[in-house]
Amino acid sequence: MNSLVDFLTVSAILFAIGIYGLITKKNALRLIFAVEIMINAANINFIAFNRFLWPTALGQTVVLFSIALAASEAAVILAIVVVAYRLHEDVDVSELKTLGG
Amino acid sequence: MALEAREIVYGAVALAASFFGVASFFFLLDAPFVAVFQLAVYVGAVAVLILFTVMLVRQGRWLKDAPFTATSLVGVLTAAGLAISLVLSFAASKYFSAAEQATAPDFVQIGRLISTTFSPALQVLALVLASAVLGAIMLARVERKESTS
Repeated sequence: MNSLVDFLTVSAILFAIGIYGLITKKNALRLIFAVEIMINAANINFIAFNRFLWPTALGQTVVLFSIALAASEAAVILAIVVVAYRLHEDVDVSELKTLGG
Repeated sequence: MALEAREIVYGAVALAASFFGVASFFFLLDAPFVAVFQLAVYVGAVAVLILFTVMLVRQGRWLKDAPFTATSLVGVLTAAGLAISLVLSFAASKYFSAAEQATAPDFVQIGRLISTTFSPALQVLALVLASAVLGAIMLARVERKESTS
């Protein structure tokens, strides 16, 4: 459980779960879940490579910035979901035609 | 689990649990600062935000389970193919079997790096966070005014 390949495997499985959710789900909230899972997979990759191949503080710093950006992005998307729900009474992305400009 | 739960509130709770698991992976990778940050931001803030939105948006009729269509088959195949190919390529590569480095970076190095090299990025990130939260508030607020008037 302490080699780089193990962490990369976990990260790849998480990323695949996120891809699966992005492809199959129609509910906007579940799409947000999938995106967050994929961001977490990328962060695990970053920390693992940083720990095993390039042991400086650079990777952890970048991951801190990445987590903060993901948090702000989640806030904006959740606000958009709330607005879409008020307009359409639904959060199914295949029904939200008016968001398409 | 987070994606497949019938009730979406349970899905949100499972998502928080998976964030917790990712934080434990950060602990395993000798990055306790990032792990605690992950706990504070994701489990503390994002999960609660998602839970509030889920309860605000929740509705009985779209909680029905979707039928197994061709799209979900494509999704399963794509995800399985991606995971299997990635894992096989990791296992086949010699480069990824590097030994664990002896030294792990500590808090002091992270703080020094943030406050010197990344200080412009830190300020830009603060602006982005502020504008994102302001935009979220404005999005939710204008709509309420329109609906009440």
